[in-house]
Amino acid sequence: MKHIDEFRDPATARALVARILRDAGNESVRLMEVCGTHTVAIARSGIRPLLDGAVTMVSGPGCPVCVTPDGYIDAAIAVGRIPGVLLASFGDMLRVPGKSSSLEKEKGKGLDVRVVYSPLDAVALAAAAPDREVVFLGVGFETTAPAIGGAIRAAEKATVRNFSVLASVRTIPGAMGMLASDPEVRIEGFLCPAHVSTIIGADAYLPVASRYRIPCVIAGFEPLDILLGISMLLRQVKDGSARVENEYSRGATAAGNRKAQELLRELFVPFDAEWRGIGVIPGSGLRIAARYARYDAEEKHGVRPVFSPEKTACRCGDVLKGKILPNGCPLFGKACVPEEPSGPCMVSSEGTCAAHFKYGTGLQ
Amino acid sequence: MDKILLAHGEGGKRTRDLIGKVIARYFDNPVLAPLFDAGLLGRIEGEIAFTTDGYVVTPPFFPGGDIGRLAVCGTVNDLAVCGARGLAISCGLILEEGLPIESLERALSAMRGAAAEAGILVACGDTKVVEKGKGDGIFITTAGVGVMVPGWKPSPAAVRPGDRVLLTGTMGDHQVAVLIARQRLSLSAPVLSDVAPLGGLLLPLLERFGSRVRFLRDPTRGGVGVTMNEMAAAANCRIELEEGRLPVREPVRGVCEILGFDPLYLANEGKAALIVDGSVAEEALAALRQHPLGREAADIGEVREGPPGVRMRTLAGGLRAVDYPVGDQLPRIC
Repeated sequence: MKHIDEFRDPATARALVARILRDAGNESVRLMEVCGTHTVAIARSGIRPLLDGAVTMVSGPGCPVCVTPDGYIDAAIAVGRIPGVLLASFGDMLRVPGKSSSLEKEKGKGLDVRVVYSPLDAVALAAAAPDREVVFLGVGFETTAPAIGGAIRAAEKATVRNFSVLASVRTIPGAMGMLASDPEVRIEGFLCPAHVSTIIGADAYLPVASRYRIPCVIAGFEPLDILLGISMLLRQVKDGSARVENEYSRGATAAGNRKAQELLRELFVPFDAEWRGIGVIPGSGLRIAARYARYDAEEKHGVRPVFSPEKTACRCGDVLKGKILPNGCPLFGKACVPEEPSGPCMVSSEGTCAAHFKYGTGLQ
Repeated sequence: MDKILLAHGEGGKRTRDLIGKVIARYFDNPVLAPLFDAGLLGRIEGEIAFTTDGYVVTPPFFPGGDIGRLAVCGTVNDLAVCGARGLAISCGLILEEGLPIESLERALSAMRGAAAEAGILVACGDTKVVEKGKGDGIFITTAGVGVMVPGWKPSPAAVRPGDRVLLTGTMGDHQVAVLIARQRLSLSAPVLSDVAPLGGLLLPLLERFGSRVRFLRDPTRGGVGVTMNEMAAAANCRIELEEGRLPVREPVRGVCEILGFDPLYLANEGKAALIVDGSVAEEALAALRQHPLGREAADIGEVREGPPGVRMRTLAGGLRAVDYPVGDQLPRIC
């Protein structure tokens, strides 16, 4: 397939792996792929074992489902129980455990939850059911946030009044700063997400790179993108540089998508957001601006996610921070498996634990 | 008569009319014609295989096929991958009140066509009507009886390292065609379901290569990924697939790229996976490719020494596990 096969070419992959192993020399380098899509792509293409000894790839917090606090799930269930409310959600959210239940379990007991593929589908649901209150579970990063904002705009334009969003939007660069400053994490470079970067632009990583003296390379999600991105990071680490480089120049620019950024500025305001398993990171979330309060489910339906530390043996937090690999968690593959997940990293298809479990990373 | 009524299922005159004037017209054969309570098949020579399946696809009509064709092919293929040539099939219809007779006739006509293609007789049937809202238009169950290819039987225990894994064509066509037909994805792509009866493709291979064809499966629900796991478990062997050899049609790949599906786990309704002795793999592949339903057949992997399970050699040169999926494949959200 044009524009895809070029990025999966086996001969080029072999050459890149050889270059990485050669450049690494005797000293192993620790890099983090921030984004869950990278985590899955790395596991799925079996890249990790190929780089064994030269580069250790640890996974970061870039899985929106994984970092959504359990208090949010509880709030979603609470709003869903209000008579007349219909919840619309991306499929990934359904099995995420809240404090005592999940949307899937509640759906089995009668909660009206519909899986949608786009926030606009939720607006269409609302337009088709004027006697219901449709609440869209707006979970995501900078990639999804413009679509959520666009849906609010579309609802406004079509005067669909029975539509609101329970937002849980997180932004990536703030989390990277927190990880770079955590001495336990010990990351020498960031492989930055492709899709998020198309929105926020490469320049958005400049503060992280300069403040924490850490190289950042934006890379696409195909195997060759990832291998080239790793190679670029490795060369920076060896040179002692800390620049922002862009391997994904076919999608991301320095400035990013200005139109989407304007939309985000108009519809959302930054706030100090909690990340599940990690804690509060200043300025790392987006909530719906006061001007659009009538589309904010928290305002409209009077629900507020309550955030409190979880008491669990699940070590998703340490996995999300790259402190441990999934097999370092006592529950991994035993009490916590995809059919019966203990933590969100095992639920989402982009969760680190799910990716490691499914693709058997480290298998021979 | 333009719609199915509850009265069509009550056993009275309307039931007789529906069966006599509509259904039986499509299955005009001497076994069914007397409309006895059972089809009398007479004496059958050889070893018998017997199977059953239910068909509930939504929507019932999709590009490349429909529930009627599916109901015949699915059962014929279950017989074929066990080494049996289909002789007779039953047709159990569960119709929802309000179903247009025209839709029923479309499905019956497709069943007739598929049965003729597969050389199988629709030998008996049953019709029930459920109240509106209690069904999804039309459900069909079929059971099939077949005769085994003499001297051949599925032998997973005979699988050994060096055996090759063959797939008779591209992956995922059926599920993508159905997904698109649901029209919830706002996507269009020129994809047709692959639903087809496989006896004519597979059975000559068993006659020709005998026990060197170890065993076969049809990768329907769960796709090739699940079928490989089932085959590895049945044979207690390790299968290593090669990513670069897996056949997928371009539009199917496109849809998968957009929605985050893995074609390895998408359903097929006209494909089979075979494990064959390595020494006849090339010949068997060539034979498959000579048949219209096997033109895109591929050698997709090998049985290897090592702990049982399924692995994939990726395009990037890595090795990773191929496991059972959990739940539906869901589109990614970022």
